[in-house]
Amino acid sequence: MLDAYIPVLLFVLVAIGFAIFTLMVSSLVQSSRYNRVKLEPYECGIEPVTDARDRYSVRYYLIAMLFVIFDVETVFMFPWAVIMDELALFGLIEMLVFLFILVLGYVYAWRKGALEWA
Amino acid sequence: MIETIVIPLLKIAVLLNAVLVSVTFMTLLERKVIAWAQSRLGPMRVGPYGVLQAIADPIKLILKEDITPVKADRMMFTLAPIISLVPALVVFAVVPFGGDELFYITDINVGLLFIISVTSIGVYGIILAGWASNSKYPLLASLRASAQLISYEIAVTMTLVSVILTAGTLSMVGIVQAQQDSGLWYGFVQPVAFVLVLIGGLAETNRAPFDMPEAEQELTGGFHTEYSGMRFALFFLAEYANMIVISAVVTVLFWGGWLRPFPSIDALAFLDLIPSWIWFFGKMFVFLYLFIWIRATLPRYRYDQLMRLGWKVLIPIAIGNIVVTGIAKVVL
Repeated sequence: MLDAYIPVLLFVLVAIGFAIFTLMVSSLVQSSRYNRVKLEPYECGIEPVTDARDRYSVRYYLIAMLFVIFDVETVFMFPWAVIMDELALFGLIEMLVFLFILVLGYVYAWRKGALEWA
Repeated sequence: MIETIVIPLLKIAVLLNAVLVSVTFMTLLERKVIAWAQSRLGPMRVGPYGVLQAIADPIKLILKEDITPVKADRMMFTLAPIISLVPALVVFAVVPFGGDELFYITDINVGLLFIISVTSIGVYGIILAGWASNSKYPLLASLRASAQLISYEIAVTMTLVSVILTAGTLSMVGIVQAQQDSGLWYGFVQPVAFVLVLIGGLAETNRAPFDMPEAEQELTGGFHTEYSGMRFALFFLAEYANMIVISAVVTVLFWGGWLRPFPSIDALAFLDLIPSWIWFFGKMFVFLYLFIWIRATLPRYRYDQLMRLGWKVLIPIAIGNIVVTGIAKVVL
């Protein structure tokens, strides 16, 4: 059973190795003529003034929080969907109740304007 | 030992090469198709009809100077492209390119879940790239990109639940076998889910018309503005590898993977003369071409329209699709 995951682990190692290998090969053969202006952050040719890591819109946090909630709830549906054949009607009603509660939260978020972006 | 380590390693080596070569030629195909769409010729200088452009580009990228801006977080700046690329490649471990065991590296019983979870690691690469660059445009672009990716991930994941309901398994090989048993590709059983996954797939790979994160006109080049040389190439590889993954997943879930058309009708059995992997790559190529075609055709969405489409249109349809599929499954 767990044997099926050994190739996955191997693939992860090979992929990381490939990325590091190409970066190293590239660093050996590339030219490097640095100067101060070249190493500045890109700002359309203007000298950058403030630090880039400024405050940003709260909506991104909101989206991230909604994502966590909805994604976890979606993952709950996976095992249910796989064994739906055995659960039959009982499983369907269970999931309809679950989805109803999920949709309630979704409608609440919508009505409160959490999904608006303007 | 040989069974568990050496043979998988050989398959991985072959697959990795195949992916890299496909990516380089995908970029050429994209330039050519877009050029034809705009009545241009596209690359013509390197080799006959510019075919060798696909080789020249990677060589150029390897030889290019690789700049780390002074203000950047040096370690994260190097780590970000690796985090982006590794998941995009690892996903191929569970994609079945053919019915025989020779054509897939491994068949784990949670294959689809594995694909969903591993592809979503890629978002860390994007957000780290923006943060580590410490430059304004990349940071803005990476915020946008991550908000877009996680929004559409919900819609896609929910849609996939209804496909799993139909197939009754999470294994990628199992899903194709289920289609063989039912005699119908799931594209005909779940057309709504197919369209949703296709739209979500475009958004997840940051492709036009959802390429806000790289919108040249407003963000100069997206989260990899500060990147150059090989580190940029890794991001590029990751993006195109993701496109290939989405095409492969759509092929497996909705268009019968390696199966011939109408697998249950014996009168069409002569189609089996074409090997299964050719069917698979043919279908995959159609979707890759579709990606490029859409890019050449559609204008870019606005960001608030994009979020509205994801949260207010796709998610309700996906939930509705789950309910309808569940009821149909019990009633029928």
